Formats: sequence, structure tokens, C-alpha cells
Amino acid sequence: MNIRRRKFDALIIGAGGGGLRAALQLARADAQVAVVSKVFPTRSHTVAAQGGVNAALANVTPDNWHWHMYDTVKGSDWLGDQDAIEYMCRAAPRAVYELEHFGVPFSRLADGHIYQRAFGGQSRNFGGEQATRTCAAADRTGHAILHSLYQQNIRARTHFFDEYFAIDLVCDGEGAVLGAVAMEIETGEPILIEAKTTLLATGGAGQLFRTTTNALINTGDGMAMALRAGIPLQDMEFFQFHPTGIAGKGMLITEGVRGEGGYLINADGERFMERYAPNAKDLASRDVVSRAIAIEVREGRGCGPARDHVLLKLDHLGPDVILKRLPGIRDLAMTFLHIDPIEQPIPVYPTAHYTMGGIPTNRFGQVVVPEMQSPEEAVEGLYAAGECACVSVHGANRLGGNSLLDILVFGRAAANHIIAYLKDHRYHRPLNEESVDRALARLARWDEPGDGERVEDIRAELKKVMETHCGVFREQTVLAEGVEKVKALAERMQDVRLRDTSKTFNTARVEAMELENLIDIALATVQSALARTESRGAHSRIDYPERDDQNWMKHSLYFRDGTLDYKPVRIKPLTVESFPPKVRVY
Amino acid sequence: MTSPADTGDRQAPERQQVYWQCRRGMLELDILLQDFFHRAWDGLDAAERACFVRLLDYPDAVLFELLMGHATSADGELASVIEKIRSDPDP
Ligand SMILES: Cc1cc2nc3c(=O)[nH]c(=O)nc-3n(C[C@H](O)[C@H](O)[C@H](O)COP(=O)(O)OP(=O)(O)OC[C@H]3O[C@@H](n4cnc5c(N)ncnc54)[C@H](O)[C@@H]3O)c2cc1C
Repeated sequence: MNIRRRKFDALIIGAGGGGLRAALQLARADAQVAVVSKVFPTRSHTVAAQGGVNAALANVTPDNWHWHMYDTVKGSDWLGDQDAIEYMCRAAPRAVYELEHFGVPFSRLADGHIYQRAFGGQSRNFGGEQATRTCAAADRTGHAILHSLYQQNIRARTHFFDEYFAIDLVCDGEGAVLGAVAMEIETGEPILIEAKTTLLATGGAGQLFRTTTNALINTGDGMAMALRAGIPLQDMEFFQFHPTGIAGKGMLITEGVRGEGGYLINADGERFMERYAPNAKDLASRDVVSRAIAIEVREGRGCGPARDHVLLKLDHLGPDVILKRLPGIRDLAMTFLHIDPIEQPIPVYPTAHYTMGGIPTNRFGQVVVPEMQSPEEAVEGLYAAGECACVSVHGANRLGGNSLLDILVFGRAAANHIIAYLKDHRYHRPLNEESVDRALARLARWDEPGDGERVEDIRAELKKVMETHCGVFREQTVLAEGVEKVKALAERMQDVRLRDTSKTFNTARVEAMELENLIDIALATVQSALARTESRGAHSRIDYPERDDQNWMKHSLYFRDGTLDYKPVRIKPLTVESFPPKVRVY
Repeated sequence: MTSPADTGDRQAPERQQVYWQCRRGMLELDILLQDFFHRAWDGLDAAERACFVRLLDYPDAVLFELLMGHATSADGELASVIEKIRSDPDP
């Protein structure tokens, strides 16, 4: 078919921190780089990260990368790959200093060094005292990183395709990836971007769940594109939830509220955490609190007309404490619920926060798949980095401050590998035009007018099904039902038609394609969760409450045809001794 | 949570363009802006629409401060549209 075509050395899909860090490295190495983003680059989700980025700079308390590595392995519940984790923790200080050079205005200590704050899961001396490892630019770290990287890319002449929606990867006859077909949202016209190398940096998939902290753009498009290209998704059952999101909306209410003495109550006004965790009560670990809330709701003790949430009570703290120590939380409640927590409790429910799983890669950012005898063969020309990838440094559970680090370190690493690859591969290879036609057919499908099912109905149902059947309350029957329900939604998706099939700025088409992506990823998530009969990190099964290293210290790989495969965790680091599995207690 | 983009009618492209500009990097902004868009856009006069579009040009972090009432814009005309966004009758 006759469509607009462009050629580049490297195509980067996604303009968050991961994509922009990679693009900058490439542009500075004089590669011709194109970055495609469905929203204006500085509106990528990285902007939401407020807490900061981890690096063992030891500016506040003693620290070193090896302690950081230990914490990350332990945080991952021993599902993280120790070679990638060592690489990331060693590279962290440099990644932060680079950001400083790019213009990120890090907050400062009195002595002029970069300010660092303490986060959960950070320790000195392999599990000892609290460490202070998170570098922050006030509470705008993500914003500062994204804007600095964007400016640097403009200076380095990276080519941006803003408000272009990537549809599918294209390849040659041998499976090498050679770019992608995208749609210009403004005109609705497709474009073929051919590239010697393609990097997926499309972020996470929080929109799978009804209650999520993730922005609407986080629909896991890159993961679904990989699936459709025959690549499995790794460890999708591991999704991090935060126990207290604003019910029905998702925004995070920090643990600080419970730290100050706030507590949870059910419809009977009972302080139910006393039953689940008699000692720690409301300050029990995140997974325990999340599950307790889900159980209260399941057993009919939820609050509100739909009995679908519990309440976080803090009025007893008094106006002084709330105004002085929790002003941001009060603002959130007032703005989004029109509730003043000085007088009324806040409706909360566990909220989906971070996608640990994703496109399998090695520590060079190359996408790897099982082939013949090898569990990790690189797919030629294809790379992935950031939240859409699974390298895997977060394993079964991500530590706060480690994902900004992940996107920077592996965005850069992928770019370095691409630069080397480009030296040996100077020419564009011929495309398999069939792969282009397939991508175009996916777009054309939305031109058929009609009166079928509606995107928004299926999306709402999908998010509800995922929350109920693959949220924090997981056991065999619930998950098995979830699989059937998502499959039924996938069936119904065939009958979805758009009422408005016009081209110019038809955002409904974009939302329809996003929903297709979400459905594929939902299947990957719920099927992987059903298969894993143990509890590890964020995946906790009521019916299999223990971690089972004997049978399950392995990565899941889900293929689009519904089959699952597994591959070993890489427990051998690069230069140090490996950290053998232990019970994970804090 | 958000209203459908596919309302059945052929939408004016400018309207849909503004709708897409309401997609942001932060969930808080998505909710405030899209809810306001669906609730109010069709009833805004030309001057108010221009204000809303100007507001959308701010970077996310600044927009968040403005909409949460933590900061005020030097552009005085934006105050009333910000107030309207904040006063969602049905949060
Ligand atoms: C509220 C919140 C707070 C957080 N705070 C922290 C923190 O303090 N520290 C920390 O380390 N981590 C934090 N995280 C996690 C961290 O922000 C993310 O994991 C990280 O920013 C992801 O970056 P990314 O580059 O992978 O993707 P993103 O920043 O999500 O960017 C994805 C890009 O892909 C583009 N894209 C997606 N699909 C398509 C498509 N089909 N076509 C074209 N373009 C597409 C988007 O337009 C966007 O440019 C937080 C997360 C949340 C939700």
C-alpha cells in the first residue's frame, strides 16, 4: 500500500525517561534517531514521579552500590536477575551525575552535595540500619528529569513525532524487527517508520485496573505490540499495589497518614486491621493491608452505596496535625472528593501502581526470547527499556526510587548496544511488506462503521474484572474465573464498532486500539497469575501463602496463544558473590 | 471514570484536539481536565475556551500546582477557568 515512509537508524517508541535517555545517547553519537510519542513528550508518565531516584552516593549516611544491590535483590523476593541488578546499582551514581550535567536541579544539602532521602527497603550493611539513598529534585524529580532530557534531545537534534500512535512492529522474513507503523493522531494517516533498530519504551499498564495511580496513557501498548510480534511477556503476574488509593479514582494516599495515627474502618465502623495484624495493625506491610481491605469488601463489609471500599479515618488526629503534617493529603481529598478529612474519613481501596513484568530483555536492553536450547536469544534489531521491559531488576516487587533508576540506566545501556550494532549494520534491510499490511489492517478495522459494542463499556468491565479477579485477592477459583471473563471480553471486542469513523483527530480510534492492547495484556497477567501457585513479592495467593523456591524461583513467559513457559532466574552477578534466597522480612 | 470519546456524532476536530491535550502524565490532571472538558467545554464561550487551551500549555507539574491551588498563574485571566475546573459538582 502507498503510505508515507521515513527511514532512521533508530526508532524509539516512547518519550518518557527511558526513551529520552536512550535517544539522547544515540543522537549524541550522531545516529539518526526518531522518537514517537502518543502525547507530547513532557506529558509522559515519568512526570508523575515525585519521590526520587536511588543511587548509593553516601551523601547523608554511609552507603555503597553493593548494599543497594542487596536491598534490590531482597526487595525482588529473589526473582530479580542478579547480573542486571549489579549492573544497575553500580551504574546508579553515574546516572545521577549525568542528570546533573543535563540540568536536573537536584535539591542540595547544606554542604552542597545532592540531597538524599530515606525510602522503605533501603539498608546499610546488607539488612542493617536504614540507608538514605533517594536523590530528589524537591517533589518534582520526574518532571525535572523529563524536561532536562527533552531539552537536551532538542539540542542534539533528535527527531520527534509528537502525537503519533504506534500500532505495530514491522519485520523482515527472518524475524528481525525493522521499525513500526504508526498513526498521526491529527490526520489519522498511517506512517511507516523504517529503522535498523527499534527500542520500545512505552511505560507500564496500570490502566488494566479500575483503581490505579497510573495516568490514562499507561495502556501497555509496547507490551502488546511485542506479544503480537511473537515475543512472550515475562513475569506479568507481578503487579505492585498500594493499599490506600482514593476509592474509584486511584490517587495515592501515602503511608504517612497511617504513620501519623490514621486507621482503616469498615462499614460497621470496626477497626478491622486489628483482626488481620494484631500488632502492627494499620502499619502492617503493604500486601497485608491491601489484602485485608479486599477481604472486607468481598465479605460485604465495604462502605458506600456499592459497598466497594473502606474508610481511612483521620479526623481524630485533630485539625492541627492534619494541617501541619498532612496538608497535601487534605488537598487531594478536598479536590477529588470534596471531603475535608478533618471532618470526614477518606474512602480508599488498593490501587495498582507499577508493572514489574514486561518485555524480556538482557542487561544490554536487547529483547530476548527462548529459542531451541537457549532461554535467551536476542531478537535482532529489537530493544526495550523502562517500565514496559522486564530486565529484570525488580523481580517480584519493585523498591521505591528504583524505577527511575531502571529507565535511566537501561535506556542508556540499550542505546550503547544500538550504537555498536549500527557500526556493523550500515544498511536498511528489505522489509516483509506483509508485516506492514498486518499493521495497517489493524488500523483499517476501525474504519468499519456500525452499531456493535462500545469501547468504553468493555474497558470499564475489563478494569473491574481485573480488579476483582487479579487484584490483591488471588486464589484458584477467583483467578480461573478471571481468565474466563477476560476471554469473554476478548470475544466481545470483535464486535466493537466505532460510531465516528472519521480520520482527523479521531481519538476514539486511539482508545479502541489501546483497549485491544489492554485485553491482550490482561490475559497475560491473569493467566500467569493463575499458573503461579506460590506467593512471592507482589503476587500473593491466599491458597498458596508461602514462597516456593524449589518450584517457582523462575521467570514466567506468556505467549499470545495462551501458552506459558519458564526460564531460570539469573542468580549469578557480574563480579560479586550471589545473594542466596532468604526469608524476606523487614 | 472518563466519558467516552466516541459519542456517536462526528466531532469537530478542534474539539477532539483539545480533548487529547487533556491526556497528561499524571492521573490527577487526567481526571480534573477530562471531567471538566466533558462537563463544560461545549458550554464555554470563545474567550473561556481560549483560556482553557492556554492553561493546557503549562507543563504538568505547574498545572498540578495551579489546579491544586498551591500556586497562582501570572496570567490573571486563567483564574476563573481554574476555579471552574476545581469546582467539579460531582467529584
Ligand atoms: C504516581 C507515581 C509516582 C511514582 N514515583 C516514582 C518515584 O518517586 N521514583 C521512581 O523511581 N519511580 C516512581 N514511579 C514509577 C516511574 O515513574 C515509572 O516507572 C517510570 O517513569 C516509567 O518511565 P518510562 O520511560 O518507562 O515510561 P513513561 O514515562 O510512562 O513513558 C511512556 C512513553 O511511551 C509513549 N507511548 C506509550 N504507548 C505509545 C504508543 N502506542 N505510541 C506512541 N507512544 C506511546 C508515551 O507517550 C510516553 O511518552 C512512580 C509512578 C507513579 C504512578
